[in-house]
Amino acid sequence: MSVETTDATTATATTPSRPPASLGREALRRLVRNPMAVVGMVLIGVFVLVAIFAPLIAPYSPTDNSWLDQVRPGQYPGPSAEHWLGIDPLGRDVFSRIIFGARQSLLIGVVALALGAIAGIALGVLAGAFGGWVDTLVMRFVDIMLSVPGLLFAIAVAAMLGQSLTSVMIAIAVVNVPIFARLLRGEMLGQRGADYVLAARSLGISRSAIVFRHVLPNSFTPVIVQGTLTLALAIVEAAGLAFLGLSSSNPSTPEWGRMLTDAQETLTSAPMLAVYPGLAIVLAALGFTLVGESLREALDPKFRR
Amino acid sequence: MLRFIVRRLALLVPILLGLSVLLFAWVRALPGGPAYALLGERATPEAIAAIESQLGLDRPLWEQYLQFLGRAVRLDFGASIQTGQPVTEEMLRRFPATIELALAALLIAVAVGIPLGYLAARRYGTWIDNLAVTGSLLGVTIPIFFLAYMLKYVFAVELGWLPTAGRADPRARADHPTGFYVLDGIVTGNLDASWDAIQHLILPALALSSIPLAVIVRITRASVLNVVNEDYVRTAEAKGLLPGTITRRHVLKNAMLPVTTVIGLQLGVLLAGAVLTEKVFAFSGVGQFMADGLVQRDFPTIQGFILVIAIVYVVINMIVDLVYGLLDPRVRVS
Repeated sequence: MSVETTDATTATATTPSRPPASLGREALRRLVRNPMAVVGMVLIGVFVLVAIFAPLIAPYSPTDNSWLDQVRPGQYPGPSAEHWLGIDPLGRDVFSRIIFGARQSLLIGVVALALGAIAGIALGVLAGAFGGWVDTLVMRFVDIMLSVPGLLFAIAVAAMLGQSLTSVMIAIAVVNVPIFARLLRGEMLGQRGADYVLAARSLGISRSAIVFRHVLPNSFTPVIVQGTLTLALAIVEAAGLAFLGLSSSNPSTPEWGRMLTDAQETLTSAPMLAVYPGLAIVLAALGFTLVGESLREALDPKFRR
Repeated sequence: MLRFIVRRLALLVPILLGLSVLLFAWVRALPGGPAYALLGERATPEAIAAIESQLGLDRPLWEQYLQFLGRAVRLDFGASIQTGQPVTEEMLRRFPATIELALAALLIAVAVGIPLGYLAARRYGTWIDNLAVTGSLLGVTIPIFFLAYMLKYVFAVELGWLPTAGRADPRARADHPTGFYVLDGIVTGNLDASWDAIQHLILPALALSSIPLAVIVRITRASVLNVVNEDYVRTAEAKGLLPGTITRRHVLKNAMLPVTTVIGLQLGVLLAGAVLTEKVFAFSGVGQFMADGLVQRDFPTIQGFILVIAIVYVVINMIVDLVYGLLDPRVRVS
């Protein structure tokens, strides 16, 4: 199978030939030298800070609609000194909503990643550590989950759980479970034959200690890369689910995906209402993608020196 | 080779069975249970009781599953809550639109992606390479429907070059024997209708192609970079082959292997992505029907859509694997 062959090649390619500590330090050094990674880290930094300090940065409450009297159908006040990004059709400050939207996006991304990665890692460890029929069973299950395109899978899960932010997070998490499981399992299988595993085994160290103290930490680098990229995808996917009406049922929630969706109705009269949340999504997702891709390159032994 | 094909086909069975179990569990987990999901929110208790005994919901679980499987094999998903028509009929009517859209998007992605990826690898480190890499990173981070809005606003609303929505000019009269509008125009000798359909396809196809385009550029670039450094390319250079011959016979032929896999995988992604694109452009394919179905909690439609797309996806994957085996003898042996 094609996917397994790629698994095997990445597994052998990333088997560290030097102690992992130096690999990590070297990777970090290359990371800060890479302009792509620096831009990505700045974007992530801004995004996270905005999310955390949203109440301090935003001039108004995201649900405050006291400027409704300034709105006429088809005419929405553009940027001004009081309202940096203008007012939306429901009389709310767009800038404040974008700022608070960062919170929702970060929350969705982090929770979806955490849930998906934990479940995926657990399955991957199960398959990679035990091998044999456990491995076959887990991997068949993973194959089945991967046989539905990711977005469609997320839609199905979210539709089943009903309209809420929680169901969006769970839906995105579920889609990521098989990806993490397959990644970690392939990596662990690659480590299995390594000399240090043989050495540990000949010293009489128990299987669980070998798995958790030796193999797992050594298999973890691609998981970190995947995690960073998953955060980016989660932000984009959450917007897509919101567009399909599967996100929070509360229309006043400041959420980029929903703001973008609502902007469709006023696209001809106020296209900027779509541009702001759209750009916010792109910049946040781009930050994580840039760092993830740079990290992958920095950790790849092929790009060493 | 025959053994390889049989082995690959045999792998399909457990996956499809597993998929059906997953879908069965999904239907049972729907809010209110399958009867409620089938009949919609306005169902009376009597109707629910009737459909429950008709569906055999009082029977043991394994029997219910077998029944479900029997209906799924016959592609019988019940009637759509939106239109009251059988889901299968609705889907068949709308599928040509979505396939046309997905193929148009794939065509753009392949026609632009492969040359761009190849060029980026050959000019490694130059501005073309940087542009291709940055562009492909942007391509995966832009939400499809945001890109669709922007294309629609700039090219349809502001510049007025292309239509804003739909599959064809509603004022035009045209026959549609196949449902593929571009093809219909050619078949019926109505080339104006074909041109009209193409104009309606351009913007949605561009929006939908963003992700596959980005992926194809990256894979082509990485793959060409890998192959160029292989021993057999050095050997070919050493024995004095012309650069053009090396490119055609050794570099491209080998570099395209991973690209074919990715193109196959992207078709499934395109069909799923059509849900978003078709909604923006009111492009009346299965994607739009599915998107509307989500809003109206039309579970028979959602269920049918998921199963059909998943089967298409699984079958495409299998075909890709088989083609891969044909192209690369190394795969057959392993």
